[in-house]
Amino acid sequence: MMAAGTAVEPRARATAKGSAGQGLEKRAGGEQETAAEEFSAVVTAHRAQIFRFLLASTRDVDLAETLTQECFLKAHRNWGRFRGESSAMTWLMRIAINLQKDHWRNRRMQFWRRTRTNAVDLDEASEWLPSGERSAEQKMLAREQVGRVWKAVEGLSERQRTVFLLRYVEEQELSEIARAAGLSEGTVKAHLSRALAKVRAELGGRR
Amino acid sequence: MRARDGGVGGNSKLETLHRSDEGLSLETPQLEEALSDFRASVRAWSDAEYARPRAVELTARRRSWRLATGWALGCVLVAGSFSGGMYERHHRQEQARIAAARVAEQQRLAAEQRAREEDELLAKVDSDVSQEVPSAMEPLAQLMAEDEEP
Repeated sequence: MMAAGTAVEPRARATAKGSAGQGLEKRAGGEQETAAEEFSAVVTAHRAQIFRFLLASTRDVDLAETLTQECFLKAHRNWGRFRGESSAMTWLMRIAINLQKDHWRNRRMQFWRRTRTNAVDLDEASEWLPSGERSAEQKMLAREQVGRVWKAVEGLSERQRTVFLLRYVEEQELSEIARAAGLSEGTVKAHLSRALAKVRAELGGRR
Repeated sequence: MRARDGGVGGNSKLETLHRSDEGLSLETPQLEEALSDFRASVRAWSDAEYARPRAVELTARRRSWRLATGWALGCVLVAGSFSGGMYERHHRQEQARIAAARVAEQQRLAAEQRAREEDELLAKVDSDVSQEVPSAMEPLAQLMAEDEEP
C-alpha cells in the first residue's frame, strides 16, 4: 500500500505557499515550480506501479510502456485540475484503467489494422518467479500454479481482471479499487468474488 | 480423484461432499499460495522489464510513421474513390450523350429515307397515271381546260 500512502494535494499546498506579500508573477512562478516538483515526485513514486498494473493487464511489455507514458502525459496535462480528493495513486490508476479500456475498444474497432499482438504467452509469463530459497520441485509447482492463475485471469472479463489485479497484485483496499475503477464497493466485491471463483475453479479443476 | 478417495461410485451425496471438501481445502492455503506466487511472479517480471533500457524515441517515431502512412493511404484511397466516381459519372454522361446523338442521327436518316421514298412513290404514280390516260379522252380534256380559262 506504499503508493497509495503518498497522496499529494497540489492545489492546497500551492495556495498555502503563496503568501499575500509576494507579487502575482512571482507567486505564479513559484506555484508552477512547486507543481513541477510535485509532479516529478509523483512520477518517481508511482511509475513502476502503473507500469506493473498495465503489464499484468495486457501481458505486452511495449504496450504497457506506451500506456504508462500516455498515462503520465495525460496526468501532467491535467495536473492543475487534480484537487487531491483521492490519492495521486488512485487518480493515476483511474487514468491508466481508462487508457487501457480505450485501447481495447480501439483495437476492437480497428480489427483490420493489426491482428497480431506482442503479448507474451502464458508459459512465458509464468516463467518469472522471485529467486527465493526453494527446491527445484517447489519452483516447478509454483510455476504451474502461476500459469493456472494467468490462464484464469485471461478468461476474466475486463472489469473482473482489473479488480482482481488491483486487489491481488497491487494489494489495494476495496475502497481504493472502487474509486480507481469508478465502481461501488459492492460491485467491486461482486466482480472480485466471480474472479476468485474462476481462479479457484482453474486451480482446482486441473489436479 | 474418485478412485483415490475410495471409489464410492453410485453414492452421489458422498461424491458431492468430497467435491465440496476439495473446494474448501483449496480455498485457504492453496489459493492463497497460488495468489502469492502469482503476485511475486508479476512483480518479478515487471521489475525486470521496468529496469530494462528501452528505445522509447524509436517506438514513438515508428508509431508516428505508421500513423502518417495510415493517413496517406487513407487520403489516397479517398482521393482515388472520389476521382474514380467522378470519372465514372463523366464517362456515363458522355456515353449517354453519344447514344442520344446516335439515336437522333438514326431518326433523321430514317425520316429523310421515308421522305425520299414518298417522293419517289408520288413521282412514280404521276408518271403511271399520265401514261395510262387513254388517247380517246384527250380532246375532252382540252375542252375542259378551255372552259376553265376566263
